[in-house]
Amino acid sequence: METSLSPQPTILPGGTHASIEFQNVHLGFSEGEILRGVTFSARDRETVILLGETGTGKTLLLKLAAGLLRPDSGDIRVLGKKISGVSEKELLEIRRQIGFVFQEGALFDSLSVSENVSYRLHEDHVSEEEIQPRVQEVLRFVELEHTMDMLPSELSGGMRRRVSIARALITRPPIVLYDSPTAGLDPITSQTIITLILRLRDVYGVTALLATHRLQDGFALANFQFDPQTKKVRRDSSPAESQAAPTRFLVLRDGKIYFEGTPDELLNSRDPYLQRFLI
Amino acid sequence: MADTPTQAAPKEARDPEVPSVSEVVQELAKIAVLKVQNYAKLSFRAVANFATAPRYLDDTLQQMDDIGVGSLPIVLLSGFFIGAVMVLQTGAQFERFGQASLTGDVVSLALVRELGPTITGLLVAGRCSSGIASELGSMLVTEQVDAMRAMGTDPSRKLVTPRVLASLVTLPLLTTISVFVGLLGGMVASVFSLRINAVTFWQRAIAILQFSDIMQGFSKTMVFALILSTVGCYQGLNVSGGTQGVGRATTQAVVVSSVLIIVSDTFLTKLGLFLADRLF
Repeated sequence: METSLSPQPTILPGGTHASIEFQNVHLGFSEGEILRGVTFSARDRETVILLGETGTGKTLLLKLAAGLLRPDSGDIRVLGKKISGVSEKELLEIRRQIGFVFQEGALFDSLSVSENVSYRLHEDHVSEEEIQPRVQEVLRFVELEHTMDMLPSELSGGMRRRVSIARALITRPPIVLYDSPTAGLDPITSQTIITLILRLRDVYGVTALLATHRLQDGFALANFQFDPQTKKVRRDSSPAESQAAPTRFLVLRDGKIYFEGTPDELLNSRDPYLQRFLI
Repeated sequence: MADTPTQAAPKEARDPEVPSVSEVVQELAKIAVLKVQNYAKLSFRAVANFATAPRYLDDTLQQMDDIGVGSLPIVLLSGFFIGAVMVLQTGAQFERFGQASLTGDVVSLALVRELGPTITGLLVAGRCSSGIASELGSMLVTEQVDAMRAMGTDPSRKLVTPRVLASLVTLPLLTTISVFVGLLGGMVASVFSLRINAVTFWQRAIAILQFSDIMQGFSKTMVFALILSTVGCYQGLNVSGGTQGVGRATTQAVVVSSVLIIVSDTFLTKLGLFLADRLF
């Protein structure tokens, strides 16, 4: 008999493990079923872009992957552990392996930036001597070291998202979930956020699910690389780099995966619905 | 024959989408039972969390400051004047029978057994239950509660238990202060209005009290503290409908906790009198 937390990672073609795996997941609310049998997997170091119209369930998929919601039926595995049907106590442990960047940042408004970022370390009773340099390091990573003592209300929308990324990054989780990280931001700030996501992927090698309306975010992640040596973003990654940290698109429609494929496959698709995203 | 309009069957004429009255009642009953069940689960978990780690002492102290120290001015002010009004109302009746000195007895018993716990409970419910509901509701709609869960923190431990524990500790203290200040107010009123000696008033007020009276008042404050904190937390953590929902939850928290305090007071009084007869 299968135990709920027994590590049973799915081996994908090519011998890589699935970091996140959805099997025929259904989820509905009083207004009807939103997800109707979603099946997909994200392998180690892969970035999966979730595209779809508003209300198609992109955020729900992220919350399901983090165990914040429970599916009505179907299986969800994260890092080989089945998270659907386990107790909240067990989920709290699994969630420590996941960083979650919420759409509006979801920073604790009564805590300063440094307290927000160090929140999880305080929960883990890490010593103050260790917390301080780690907070400085991640805030330097998102270029907001000067905001340490500020309150979230004093930050701009883009800065709040960057602090949220820093907060998700503080424990170096192997998986990061981004919920529309560029929604409502100007193009320059959006680019800054995407560059940060690129750096996270190429420096720390995280597996990511990214929900977005903006196709250009997905293509930027597919076509650009962050070079840790030169600390610059460059275009046209080598085949080896693309293989190591691939980007894949999932398009949601009517509660199901309507399209799943590489950026090139999406770009060359003749499907009228997908064409609407490309205009 | 079947085609004639007068023979259209009533069942066919009814829109199948429109639920019957019994279905609506059944659905409402289910929702009500579900709410009670969820409230009971939240309250049980909040109390059960006392026994196991992690405990959030800093948050508890902060809540004690907010609920206890923050409520002190209104409790002091209202306590003093309630005591004074009690003396003015009862003293006038006792004077008719030449028993004005009994005023101290009556005011003391009423404050310790009934008015102190209930008025303090209602005042703190009005101030803190609404505050808890709006704070937690705002956190919920801005996804701060989800963020907390996503970072491996149990919101019932971090948000609910400290508020419940802080209420359980501070409400009895606030009630004690309220009763004391109420007796002071009564004493001032009796001296200036009824011309009763302050020492006489105070001696009678103390002498009439028995252990069962104090226990009755104390047990009420514990139940009221549990009600006002858990109702506030439940309403806050079950907000739906954005910021408008937060406003609704805040109002609901005050209304529900106040009604529950008054209703439970009746049963607790009956229970207290029964136990006082049997045990003391």
